[in-house]
Amino acid sequence: MDENQHPVKLSVHPSRGLVDEKFTVLVQNVPPGFQLTVHALHQCNSSHIWEAFGHYTADATGTVNVGEDPSLGGTYSGVEQMGLLWSLRPVPGSRPGLRMHKLNVQTPMEVTVSVFRGHQTEGFKDQGPLVSVVVERWYMAPGVCRIPVTEGGLTATLFLPPGPGPFPGILDLWGSEIQLLEYRAALLASHGFASLALDYMFHKMTSGKMVDYQYIEEAYRVLQQHPQVHSTRIAVLGFSLGTSVILNLTAYSEVVKPRCAVCISGSHVQPVDGSFNQVISFYEANQKKIRYNEKNEVICRDLVLPIPTDPKLKVDVGRIQCPLLLIAGEDDQSWPAHESAMDMKEMMERAGNSHLLTVLSYPNTGHLIEPPYGPHRATTIDHHRNVALWGGQMVPHCIAQEDAWKKTLVFLRENLHKTCAASVSKL
Amino acid sequence: MEGKKRPVKLSVHPSRGLVDEKFTVLVQNVPPGFQLTVHALHQCEDGHSWHAFGHYTADSTGAVNVAEDLSLGGTYSGVEQMGLLWSLRPVPGSKPGLRLRKMNVQTPMEVTVSVFRGHQTEGFEDQGPLVSVVVERWYMAPGVCRIPVTEGGLTATLFLPSASGLFPGILDLWGGGGRLVEYRAALLASRGFASLALDYMTPKISLETGQMVENEYFETAFRVLQQHPQVLSSRMAIVGLSLGSSVAFQLMIYSQVIKLRCAVCISGSHVQPAGGSVKQTLDYLSRNSGNTCFNEKNELICRDLVLPIPTDPKLKADVGQLRCPLLLVVGEDDQNWAVSESAVDMKQMMEQAGNSHLLTVLSYPNAGHLIEPPYSPHTRSSNFRSSVDNSFVVLKTLWGGETVEHSRAQEDAWRKILTFFRENLYGRGSALVSNL
Repeated sequence: MDENQHPVKLSVHPSRGLVDEKFTVLVQNVPPGFQLTVHALHQCNSSHIWEAFGHYTADATGTVNVGEDPSLGGTYSGVEQMGLLWSLRPVPGSRPGLRMHKLNVQTPMEVTVSVFRGHQTEGFKDQGPLVSVVVERWYMAPGVCRIPVTEGGLTATLFLPPGPGPFPGILDLWGSEIQLLEYRAALLASHGFASLALDYMFHKMTSGKMVDYQYIEEAYRVLQQHPQVHSTRIAVLGFSLGTSVILNLTAYSEVVKPRCAVCISGSHVQPVDGSFNQVISFYEANQKKIRYNEKNEVICRDLVLPIPTDPKLKVDVGRIQCPLLLIAGEDDQSWPAHESAMDMKEMMERAGNSHLLTVLSYPNTGHLIEPPYGPHRATTIDHHRNVALWGGQMVPHCIAQEDAWKKTLVFLRENLHKTCAASVSKL
Repeated sequence: MEGKKRPVKLSVHPSRGLVDEKFTVLVQNVPPGFQLTVHALHQCEDGHSWHAFGHYTADSTGAVNVAEDLSLGGTYSGVEQMGLLWSLRPVPGSKPGLRLRKMNVQTPMEVTVSVFRGHQTEGFEDQGPLVSVVVERWYMAPGVCRIPVTEGGLTATLFLPSASGLFPGILDLWGGGGRLVEYRAALLASRGFASLALDYMTPKISLETGQMVENEYFETAFRVLQQHPQVLSSRMAIVGLSLGSSVAFQLMIYSQVIKLRCAVCISGSHVQPAGGSVKQTLDYLSRNSGNTCFNEKNELICRDLVLPIPTDPKLKADVGQLRCPLLLVVGEDDQNWAVSESAVDMKQMMEQAGNSHLLTVLSYPNAGHLIEPPYSPHTRSSNFRSSVDNSFVVLKTLWGGETVEHSRAQEDAWRKILTFFRENLYGRGSALVSNL
């Protein structure tokens, strides 16, 4: 293809989008039937390089539309509009066990999308692409404000949507991550919810002491009392260990009375009398149940299996009075989220409040159920330097992420915008 | 609206776009037939507030789509997808004579779009809107690199479409107001052209020496751009507006160094001492300053400075010598330069010389002088630091144009300018007239 012809044209629209928005990748002006590779490259905050690519054949008009044409191979195949993002993986030679998460949500994730001649599988960095564009993926929509919160001794970040408010609020809890992850709260604010990302594990790292339930209740109160937050329209959302906290508080707390609760990849199994510290001790005491597979990857799911029958070892979900959405990956190797969800369903049926429960259970989906189009990681090296097995297979896991996020937003909107509290969301 | 099922929903898509991209503004979840105002507010870099608004009535589904529904009044009316931007004007009580220009192109222009109950025309700042979103409008696409250039004594900024790749080069010249104005070059880079924004009226070197630059300054700029490793040296162009067009004519015809694939001259005239410098052009205009006048609003009208179009060949750039395609963009209501008359004269000269197949003229009725990238608010008059009589006094200067038609002209001209550049700089090149 010589310089004198019209050059290959590559466009990605929108070139600046939210991370949960779809984009259209269009290649034009190649000869009909031309074989090409569409490639995505991202350098994440820790300077590791991730890539994804698909093999295409241009149609009779000399065009490839990633959203409509099948990828014949690469890191994804078939018609996959967003495959260039969710199939991103560390480039060959990278340190094993990497996980991608954006720590600074005030800047966008930058992805370089390129077109290479032919069906390539390696050596991309040594060749010049035919054409490249840079695409930005943002966690914060224009006008979303990020406000660090330290009142009440909290370590938290509040994200407020633009506009006059007041807004419904969401308390967002991750699991046992080593630092405060803000990106889901930032994205929720981009969808109109005042969201408070709360760090509760890091406190233990710095002060040596685990926080207690009062700390989480304080966060709930701070959110509720914010002048731009609707005090009666608050939801709680937890992931992994965050689910344990959410379920306990939603069932037992006098302070935390959410309109609805979302629990992702977690379990209700925990000692219910006593402090949060005792819950942590309970999990730690079961460390002997941790298994290693043949690749020496840590499997934690048995820590809380079998699901106990002793009521003192499970949150009494029969007490919950608001709609509850449970999201579980059936191949979760870290927490037995699916088994826990099934047990919670039984408990709620017996208690007569199962009309409040919605379970989204996804086959071949692992533990790390994140906002859509993030790459699937089956294993990562956690902060204890163990290789943790999270589970899931790439394609079903990524489909699950997209579906779960869409349904989570619908669930939150329906429950937080309604005037009456105890209504079942229709998904 | 309390106690209703769903709150009013407002979405603008894309929420982050380039300044020349259209957006879709959608209001949903209001009662059918509900009267509302869609309002845009922008605070510019100088701290002034600009606003625009349209009055709508929701349809039977409780929705308003600005791209499809009629504005019944406000700062624009009718079906105007981008009216909230191009009809932006200073809020009541603002200082007169303002012009909206983004000087820092590395950050986006932020516009707050809101929905107000009812058909409102004032007092927006005292009411709470029903809902608001913020929209970002960018001059730089993701990946565009901005590189300050000082080599060769230049005051310039280079914009590259991306950190790697080879691109045609465009030298970008604004008018007599001076300063280093980057936004058009940034936008051209976002559309695939390495572009050099050049300050030639107030560059560092002139501020230090007190002397205006000579034509060698422009040749240096051209050379620096051409020799950049990411620029295709045989695919160069120039774009000028106003005095920048005057400079462009001199360079494309008389410079031994500057060889162009094509040129775009917006709101410009070829009338000036042939082959002269910027200073000689300005001196020539100053000698004619008796031709300027003021209208009833005390706005300065300069269009007669170059009228009548001279017959003396020494007083006009000899466009008959041009060997590359030339696109002239002309507003027929230009009150600052006699661009229509100049375009007619240039066409005649080129017909006589036999090179008129190189000429394309885009002439827009009721468009004024300041033909800017699309959706930029129309400035009919503004305070301008005039150098006509070398006194550098700030005068309210009439640029001309009627807002609706001027805005349509900006949109149409930009599209055609990009097509012209693509065809001449990316296409097979040589003396092809672009099909517009």
